[in-house]
Amino acid sequence: MRYLPHSEHERADMLGVIGAADMDALFSAVPKTALKSFDLGLPAHQPEFLVEAHMRALANKNHAAGDGPFFVGAGAYRHHVPATVDHLIQRSEWLTAYTPYQPEISQGTLQMLFEFQTQVAKIMGMDVANASLYDGSTGTAEAVLMARRLTRKNKIVLSGGLHPHYRDVVKAYLKDDPDLVCLSPSPEGQGDILQQIDGNTAAIVIQTPDFYGHLRDLKSAAEAAHAQGALLIVVVTEVVSLGLLEAPGALGADIVVAEGQSIGNALNFGGPYLGLMATRKEFIRQMPGRLCGETVDADGNRGFVLTLSTREQHIRREKATSNICTNSGLCALAFSIHMGLLGEAGFVRLARLNHFNAIKLADALAGVPGVEVLNKTFFNEMTIRTPQPAVGLVERLARRGILAGVPVSRLLPNDRSVDNLIILAATELTTDADISALAAALTEELA
Amino acid sequence: MSMNTQGRPTGVGTVGTGASGSALIPDEPLLFEIGDTEHSGVDLPDVTFNSDRLGGFARKTKLDLAGLTEPEAMRHYVRLSRMNHSIDSGMYPLGSCTMKHNPRLNEKMARLPGFSDIHPLQPVSTVQGALELMNQLSHWLMTLTNTAAVALSPKAGAHGELLGMMAIKAAQEAKGEAHRTVVLVPESAHGTNPATAAFLGYTVKPVPAKDDGTVDVEAVKAALSPEVAAIMLTNPNTCGLFEPQVIEIARAVHDAGAFFYCDGANFNAIMGVVRPGDLGIDAMHINLHKTFSTPHGGGGPGAGPVVLSEALAPFAPVPFVRKTANGLELVEHIEDAALGRVTAFHGQMGMYVRALTYMLSHGGDGLAQAAQDAVLNANYIKARLQHIFSVPFPDYPTMHEALFDDSFLKESGVSTLDFAKALIDEGFHPMTMYFPLVVHGAMLIEPTESESKQTLDRFCDVMAELATDALAGNKERFTSAPTKAPRRRLDETRAARQPVLKWEKPADLPQAAE
Repeated sequence: MRYLPHSEHERADMLGVIGAADMDALFSAVPKTALKSFDLGLPAHQPEFLVEAHMRALANKNHAAGDGPFFVGAGAYRHHVPATVDHLIQRSEWLTAYTPYQPEISQGTLQMLFEFQTQVAKIMGMDVANASLYDGSTGTAEAVLMARRLTRKNKIVLSGGLHPHYRDVVKAYLKDDPDLVCLSPSPEGQGDILQQIDGNTAAIVIQTPDFYGHLRDLKSAAEAAHAQGALLIVVVTEVVSLGLLEAPGALGADIVVAEGQSIGNALNFGGPYLGLMATRKEFIRQMPGRLCGETVDADGNRGFVLTLSTREQHIRREKATSNICTNSGLCALAFSIHMGLLGEAGFVRLARLNHFNAIKLADALAGVPGVEVLNKTFFNEMTIRTPQPAVGLVERLARRGILAGVPVSRLLPNDRSVDNLIILAATELTTDADISALAAALTEELA
Repeated sequence: MSMNTQGRPTGVGTVGTGASGSALIPDEPLLFEIGDTEHSGVDLPDVTFNSDRLGGFARKTKLDLAGLTEPEAMRHYVRLSRMNHSIDSGMYPLGSCTMKHNPRLNEKMARLPGFSDIHPLQPVSTVQGALELMNQLSHWLMTLTNTAAVALSPKAGAHGELLGMMAIKAAQEAKGEAHRTVVLVPESAHGTNPATAAFLGYTVKPVPAKDDGTVDVEAVKAALSPEVAAIMLTNPNTCGLFEPQVIEIARAVHDAGAFFYCDGANFNAIMGVVRPGDLGIDAMHINLHKTFSTPHGGGGPGAGPVVLSEALAPFAPVPFVRKTANGLELVEHIEDAALGRVTAFHGQMGMYVRALTYMLSHGGDGLAQAAQDAVLNANYIKARLQHIFSVPFPDYPTMHEALFDDSFLKESGVSTLDFAKALIDEGFHPMTMYFPLVVHGAMLIEPTESESKQTLDRFCDVMAELATDALAGNKERFTSAPTKAPRRRLDETRAARQPVLKWEKPADLPQAAE
């Protein structure tokens, strides 16, 4: 077996040194009834080329986004990742290191995390960011719990524009909690969240651009929340939007959570992704997840360490801010390299190109007879109402080789009012030909 | 040297060395000290539009993000990378972390466009291969554990723990037993266990360990009551021992109406050799990044699928894959579900691909051999070092980890930390230190099956030589270590007392006197 270094001869030698008669003697603590008492019936080991053939056969049964016009978004976005990013993250020293528990021999990872935290704090306009969480959805649930700890109040109000999966994750984390208020889905961009804020409110959670693509007014939300001693949690699922939209921190956000997948990370059918979280300086000690900080070594040289770990489970156990342990290190590295390559100039150009293509998409969709674009504002994503149920329509377009977006009903199956809605996204990878092909196919299907 | 208000250096190489380091030990400025807001390593057209659709929310504040051209970025990240120890460059015997070889075939397969370039919400008819992959991975996990169901979606081990305990809570509520508010956690448990239980509102009740390092079934029985919802037990446990009374413990827990959550972080010791389902577990997470070789990536991403017994299977979260007449279906909603969803989308697909690739490479036979080799290696280290290191629990053969305590160092003035730092100077990553907490000055060594006899011998030689030197009174070698790493010991107290968590332009900070 190519991954196992011992020969039978060496195994026998080692058992001799140990003084064990055979391998089973090492498992003497295992109850006899449970040790090798079965036939797994699993296939035997295989050469590399046969495994590769098996996996390729599975991969070939999927329609890859690059195979044709592609407009699927709703929380995960197809962007170009520079070749440099994927090359660098596969270097042994990044790929096969672990959590930097020994800072003297982990300065690469630690300095990268310090740079990552700085980049995230800057794009969000916040004081500090952590070293990443699992993804945007779990990050949102963590933010909600953090707001409760900070305010010592309970009521949480989720905007109707919050991604339904994010809402569901918060609901699972706060199971049956009477103080969790989930507002009805708001495909038209309407919202009455400000009326919900009262003296018992810990936080309101607003996504912008929201699930349907609308841009939300954060400034008045922050003012209304702060007037009642509540916090504003801002959720961003398309982080590229921050190249063009005002930073949530500049508008009064107290905690910002984002899905960072768009920068540096492939679609990967939903994971691994990376959660970004940033907050105000005074809230650091209630922030979950790892933090990297600057310090000096015994010679006075600048160096970096994981810090403020008294918040974390391995020190605090049942009193920790979260049970979180692993972060999304390699995805954070990919994000940081891609963002480092873009820089301010590139990040802004990328965001503008996304918006530019989305305007073309919106205009083309508005020209399809029977289609109504619901958005007055958007960044790179929008919702349309069609004369037909969205699921069947999207399926027929897929058979034509066009992946036309997400039927809202896939995420809100019990809400009949959304049956005819489709969410579509454009990115820098969307071409004029893609948009024309979509508009033509949609026109034919609706004729 | 100019210092800012917090007294920290404003650049690299503030004492002695230049910013470029020396020989093959690089030193590297921060991204923000090399790049600026005008440079970019990505060519994109600069488009203009007459009217935007941003509704007045356009950015007015500056981003102030430094950019690098491609050659500068390549060098920055390559130089940084060389300041990291990694599995590929040397032994990484970090107990409880299973730092095994990461096959590159896994990486190649995860990058096939049919896996990497598919969207979680594109029509299910266009991702039948992905669902088939999830189904195959589920089959392997359920077969290796002899369990009835698996929830693939948790993002990491601790997330899996959370899901497993949520399922237990839901099951207790469904039985009308919501009054069960206590979870038993042995003292030797990982920190995530009590943190998870507390996260869900449970009161954590510790169960003491016996003198031999295992959990006493009588102590469990004594702790069980009608208030207990579950026990969270790691097996093999964090002392590297298989719990010999695990079946009796499971029976006692079930008899008391509670569930058995097993922390599966140490599954590498028994995969293909012992099936946890045969031991009576109800839920167990499996760290794909430990047992099934997906890369640790500097701290993640992980993946923590949870296998479930028949009793808990109805409480699995969405999504899951189901066979129908028309192919595979992805169940994303259940009416009135007890649990719902613990993450957006479908979990860590990229890790599923790598883990299944690894399983197919090894086969059922190879996985069992890998587990046995991992156990063999740990016992070999223990056998070679037990004449000089102190073994706290000598009664049982160890499983995949060799545990020592610091009593052999007592007279030397050298601490476990000092000893570990000296190991760095010898080219090895230190073992896990001061964990498990039930042992004083613990050194937890997990070699994994990936290390050859030759490497193990070299490691044992170095460990023995260090111990001899410590006992001979050469304290300085240990307290000053490391001296050969890119950095000496770092001031962690200062980092915590005066947190500097992001880079600020030196010009933005008032300058202190030279």
